[in-house]
Amino acid sequence: MKKKMLSLVLAGAMTAVLMTGCGSGNGSADSGSTADGAATETETTEAGETEAADGAADTENAESADDAQAAGGEGGTLKIGGIGPLTGSAAVYGIATMNGSQIAVDEINAAGGINGMTVELNFQDDECDAEKSVNAYNTLKDWGVQVIDGCVTSACSIAVADKTAQDNIFQLTPSGSAVDCVANPNSFRVCFSDPNQGAASAQYIGEHSLATKVAVIYDSSDVYSSGIYEKFAGEAANQSFEIVATGAFTADNKTDFSVQLQQAKDAGADLVFLPIYYNEAALILTQASSMGFDVKFFGCDGLDGILGVENFDATLAEGVMLLTPFAADATDDLTVSFVTTYNEKFGETPNQFAADGYDAIYTIKAAAEKANITADMSNEDICNALQTAMTEITVDGLTGAGITWDASGEPTKDPKAVVIKDGVYTAM
Amino acid sequence: MSFVAHLINGVSLGSVYALIALGYTMVYGIAKMLNFAHGDVIMIGGYVVFVTVSGMGMNPLAAIIISMAVCTVLGVTIERVAYRPLRGASPLAVLITAIGVSYLLQNIALLVFGSDTKAFTNVVTMPNLELFEGQLIIKSVTIVTVIVSIIIMVGLTLFVKRTKIGRAMTAVSEDKGAAQLMGINVNGTIAVTFAIGSSLAAIAGVLLCSAYPSLTPYTGSMPGIKAFVAAVFGGIGSIPGAFIGGILLGVIENLSKAYISSQLSDAIVFSILIIVLLVKPTGLLGRKIQEKV
Repeated sequence: MKKKMLSLVLAGAMTAVLMTGCGSGNGSADSGSTADGAATETETTEAGETEAADGAADTENAESADDAQAAGGEGGTLKIGGIGPLTGSAAVYGIATMNGSQIAVDEINAAGGINGMTVELNFQDDECDAEKSVNAYNTLKDWGVQVIDGCVTSACSIAVADKTAQDNIFQLTPSGSAVDCVANPNSFRVCFSDPNQGAASAQYIGEHSLATKVAVIYDSSDVYSSGIYEKFAGEAANQSFEIVATGAFTADNKTDFSVQLQQAKDAGADLVFLPIYYNEAALILTQASSMGFDVKFFGCDGLDGILGVENFDATLAEGVMLLTPFAADATDDLTVSFVTTYNEKFGETPNQFAADGYDAIYTIKAAAEKANITADMSNEDICNALQTAMTEITVDGLTGAGITWDASGEPTKDPKAVVIKDGVYTAM
Repeated sequence: MSFVAHLINGVSLGSVYALIALGYTMVYGIAKMLNFAHGDVIMIGGYVVFVTVSGMGMNPLAAIIISMAVCTVLGVTIERVAYRPLRGASPLAVLITAIGVSYLLQNIALLVFGSDTKAFTNVVTMPNLELFEGQLIIKSVTIVTVIVSIIIMVGLTLFVKRTKIGRAMTAVSEDKGAAQLMGINVNGTIAVTFAIGSSLAAIAGVLLCSAYPSLTPYTGSMPGIKAFVAAVFGGIGSIPGAFIGGILLGVIENLSKAYISSQLSDAIVFSILIIVLLVKPTGLLGRKIQEKV
């Protein structure tokens, strides 16, 4: 009897461990309804062709015109499918990207569309889950998608990239930064790659003499985080600072950072580099403050969104620096008008994901115009034409001026650093 | 000094495990079933406090009492609806049901609260204890958790040994049939066990989220599993064993993070479960019960 009980206990423990492993990793949610909501929202552009002249402000009226979908303008419609987390642990990114893309789409439609085609954006939720992003992609395919604007996060981008390569659909990820996101010839990106971010962060810290002793805390179970870390560590050797402590954590162990912070503190680090997403970063900042560890924090684009964590004490993020291609307080006309529109429509200051989303749509526009895409072309033809056009265009976007691409899918642009000051991102 | 700091952080983590393990061991010791949903009751307890304190601006102490009440009702309901009908069934069926209840609770929380991480407000507002001119900081929430765990451990031991209901629990755990013949209300006794276990879960939830202020529908599952390991480690069914097992597990986890590998700490923790079961199946303080043939 006792033996039976024991084997039961063991079996039970193992099953439960297995199951929890999946559960916490996915951060999944039953959000069918949310995704639908998002889709309805984005469908506002569908009626754009008739109202193009009236300007983007009229999209509210368009909501009632969902059924005008089939009509199409003179040049038909170009169906762009977006994929990103609208709910879940990385929702800040997805929502911002969707909003930014929507603004670009509205502007383009108001100005007459692309080659006379009206742009239609359908943004699907993937909850930052690779499996669900493939489902979202399939939904978009049923909808008749012609160009993919996604995914927002790296792991999802990679999952979808395999599918778009098979189906020959052009894919432009606004913010999927892992190397493999653009491994296929049909995939390109707007943001910096992880190696790029890692090396650029190390150079930035070195050139501006921000620190002499640096500690790193990264997520070894995440491709984004470990990718940045590796390049950062490689580049650090050429810089004036040294890495004195490295603390890794995994998806199953991301609530207690006391050990990693203690190690950093003991090693006398004056800066902690956090190539991670904002949820864990918020915890790290809270725990560092409660253990009396007063140190500079430096992160990459993943930290963007930290001010939006519900109930998070934003004063803790004061002085946090992050490398990002976009600063909302820049004074150039493009940024000012984008920030104003975004503020009016969504009631908040856009982060860099919104800017990535905005630039992605304009990049698609530039490439589509260069390649003379028309709505009746097959997906394969569109894909091949855009692929060639991408290497020939130059885009002046929110996230950089004169962005160019090479055939590998990597953009060329300069990074900017921002610091959180009085609760807002400020250029450094 | 850093060793001491790691040790204290380990005790901090361990005291949370201990608190959860007490609830596990309580239910196992009396009802002889593993309540895998315990970790998720903790999560619900955390959400109740989050909603009442951060959403409604209630006094934290009142919020904890509300949370305990909600969890008690929840625990008794789960017992009545999911476990009592299976009282005569094989232990495997009950175990699977418990895992099912665990997933049910997680998904209900997902539906109600969404999957966004909520930053939990620490309800322990006392200042931290600073030693050696601030080189060593012991968080007030750690001190509170350790003290609360000790009080609960002593209280439960006394309750089981000294009170009438407590003795009825012991009787039920030893032989349900005989206990019933002696006039003990078996179902009632087990319901009381679940009520106590679940109200402990509410306290554990609040202290877990205060120490590690992130709240998601999965918050309870990993600590729940580790607390289960702690309960087995200390001898499942033994109340002091759960406390000692929890503290030891937290310390082992933190020291292996600090000195072996921060990525392998979970693997090490679960290896300990396997080794303990192989070497000393009853755990550190587990009683060896002779089975009479």
